[in-house]
Amino acid sequence: MTEPHPARAPLRPEGSNIPARLFGPSPSQTVGPYFHQGLVQHGEQSRFPGDQQLVPGTALYPSERLTLTGRVLDADGLPVPDALLDVWQADLAGQRVDETVLTGFGRSDTRQDGGFWRFHTVKPVPRAGQAPHLDVWLGLRGLLTHLVTRVYFSDEDNAADPLLLSLPLQRRGTLIAVREDVPGGPLYRLDIRLQGEGETVFFNVY
Amino acid sequence: MTPRESRPTSPEHVSVHPLHLYPAYASSVKRAPHELLMPLPAALRDPGGPVFGAGRLRPDDHDTTRNARINGEPIGERILVRGRLLDSSGRPIRGALLETWQANAAGRYIHTGDQHTAPLDPNFTGTARMLTDDQGEYELLTLRPGAYPWRNHANAWRPAHIHFSVFGRNFTQRLVTQMYFPGDPLLAYDPIYQGVPDEKGRQRLISRFDLSLTQPHWALGYRFDIVLGGDAQTPLEEPDHD
Repeated sequence: MTEPHPARAPLRPEGSNIPARLFGPSPSQTVGPYFHQGLVQHGEQSRFPGDQQLVPGTALYPSERLTLTGRVLDADGLPVPDALLDVWQADLAGQRVDETVLTGFGRSDTRQDGGFWRFHTVKPVPRAGQAPHLDVWLGLRGLLTHLVTRVYFSDEDNAADPLLLSLPLQRRGTLIAVREDVPGGPLYRLDIRLQGEGETVFFNVY
Repeated sequence: MTPRESRPTSPEHVSVHPLHLYPAYASSVKRAPHELLMPLPAALRDPGGPVFGAGRLRPDDHDTTRNARINGEPIGERILVRGRLLDSSGRPIRGALLETWQANAAGRYIHTGDQHTAPLDPNFTGTARMLTDDQGEYELLTLRPGAYPWRNHANAWRPAHIHFSVFGRNFTQRLVTQMYFPGDPLLAYDPIYQGVPDEKGRQRLISRFDLSLTQPHWALGYRFDIVLGGDAQTPLEEPDHD
């Protein structure tokens, strides 16, 4: 048989699964252990590969390329092998954020040996008096509600960053990726610690 | 149930989202932060968010009954899921990316980590992507997923669900949630669903069967609206009369 075209009548409020008496934000639920099939590359079967490259390889973008990498560690210091990271990098000075220059968005997971996530990008431009940084969204099995954090860079002047300054002195370092100079460009490392000693600072954005 | 700890909230409102530490969900014990969340003042938040053009979508990305066929049609009960993506004022969010993933009709994920003994379907991956239209609407054609067993506690089964990942207008509106089906007896036993502290919040995650969305001789229709972020407010809509 032939497939009928779905009726395209606009959806009406009275048909909603969220009637007015229940209106409010939809609660978070965990990404679970199998998010890879929908959100990141899953062997040959993926239709929607994840994107660790924030700057397309063909882009004629002048800035120095860098690699940002790390693990996600649980309360026992063990690498979490099923974490998902989305990162968002604000606009480049004078550059339109689009898919030919810089998507501004990246996604990685921790299935590789050792449980490392990894992004390839350029240094973000300082904005509104803040030191260069990336926003990080973290989801994993075991988190019903995701976490939001930030990554700064050890070779930048972070001393005046207003968000870092708002944090207890001994916790600021949990957000600063440490530069290593390796063949192929600078590498910045930062482990995200979910719980316990050296626990990463996570932010309340709701 | 385990008593709930207080969770950090901004002064303006109480979060609808589950606590990070929820021992009935065993995986949370070693992975939930112990420290309080720190404030991120609105003035310091980065503007905007990822922009996904329609050019990145393929014609059948919204249709899991077609987008992974190898040698035939996937087996299961076809369902058409339609809904609106709204902000906390009830206004539609246009051009937003939704990504979904789910088990097949037998309750098995295509994922290599899923060792459940239910059969795989060679013509089904259960993944879809959609952009909301100018009315904030999306449409997903898929198969009703089966329940599946997991190791959280003795004889644990997840209710049938579809995972939804949503990008709103900015990075902080990002939401991952799950859609459930009305009348599912497993919801009462599911610590992931029960981890939502607010009864009204839990009800928002249950889709609604809708005969008017049902396609004759083709697919059952379900309505699933999603509301992103902020305080619960009265929507700027005519009141419903359910």
